Amino acid sequence: MFEFTEDQIKRYSRHILLPEVGGKGQIKISEAKVLIIGAGGLGSPAGLYLGAGGVGTIGIIDGDSVDLSNLQRQVIHHTSDINTPKVLSAKRKIEDINPDVKVIAYHERVTAKNAIDLFKAYDVILDGTDSFSSKFLINDAAYFARKPLVHGGILRFSGQMMTILPGKTACYRCVFKEPPPEGLIPSCQEAGVLGGLAGVIGTLQATEAFKIILGAGNLLTDQIMTHDALQMRFRKVRVHKNPKCPLCGEKPEISQLIETEQKVCKI
Amino acid sequence: MRLKINGKFEEFETGTVQDLLLSKKIEPRMVSVELNSKILDRNEFETSSLKEGDILEFLFYMGGGR
Ligand SMILES: [Zn+2]
Repeated sequence: MFEFTEDQIKRYSRHILLPEVGGKGQIKISEAKVLIIGAGGLGSPAGLYLGAGGVGTIGIIDGDSVDLSNLQRQVIHHTSDINTPKVLSAKRKIEDINPDVKVIAYHERVTAKNAIDLFKAYDVILDGTDSFSSKFLINDAAYFARKPLVHGGILRFSGQMMTILPGKTACYRCVFKEPPPEGLIPSCQEAGVLGGLAGVIGTLQATEAFKIILGAGNLLTDQIMTHDALQMRFRKVRVHKNPKCPLCGEKPEISQLIETEQKVCKI
Repeated sequence: MRLKINGKFEEFETGTVQDLLLSKKIEPRMVSVELNSKILDRNEFETSSLKEGDILEFLFYMGGGR
C-alpha cells in the first residue's frame, strides 16, 4: 500500500484538498506514467506541471539540443542549458522541482520503429512535436498501442488541442486524414509563434493528462478546441469518429506504422 | 444565403464548399471542412453544394509544438 510521507502530504496538499483528487487521486498520480513527446514549447510547461504535480514517472523523448532561439518559449530550458540535450535539461528541472518524480530521458526521435513499444510502457501520451509526420505517426502509434493521447498544435497566435481515446473517440486522422502536402503550411520557422501561447496549450495538455489519470470531469474527446490568442477566443468544435477514417474507420487502410519523410521544422 | 461558418453567420451567393473556400482565399488542401457535423473528404469539396442554413467548420492544420 502506497503511503505518503509528511513532506509529500504537504507538497501535494492543494491537490489533496480537491474532492476530485484527495489522497486516493494523488496516489493515482504518483503511480501514473506519462510520456511527453518533444521537450519544446508544449512539452516544457507540460513537463513542469506534471512533475510538480507528482506524476510518478515521466518519459521525455526528443533528439534535439537546446538552442538560443528555443528560450523565448521553451521555459523548461535555461540560458545555461544551451547545447545540452533537451531531454537532459528537462529531466534536471523536473527532478529539481520534485525529487519524487522519476524522469526517463530518451535522447532520440520518435519513429515508426520505436513508437509502439515505447507507448505501451506509459498510461498517457502527450504530443508536443512540431511536424505533421510526427503528429500522424503518434496518432497511429497511440491507436495501435491503445493509449490515450493528448494532441496539441500551435502556430503564430493560434493553438489546437484534442484528446483521443483510441478506438473509442475521434482520432486525428478522423479529422485530418493525412499530412498536408509539404511546403503548403508555412514552415514553423517562417511563421513564428507567440511564446505564451505554447504555455497555454502545453498547460492545457497537462491538465487533460491529470484528468485522464484521475478519471475526473469531461475530457476533450470528440472535440477540437481551437484558441485564437489575438482575439482571446476559445472554441470547441464537435467532431465524430469518421467511418471513412483510414486508421480507425470501418475499412481501415493503415495496418502498421508508416513514416512520411518530412523536413523537421523547428519553431 | 446565410451560412454559419466557425460559429458566425455569413452571407454567400451560391456554390459548393470548394467555391466558398476559394472565395475566402483558403487553400483547400490546408483545411478540413465539417459540413453539418460531418467531416468531408477533400474530394467532396467540389461536389458538396451549399444550401441556406448549412453549418460549416473550417479546421486548419496546426503542426507546431516546439
Ligand atoms: Zn480515426
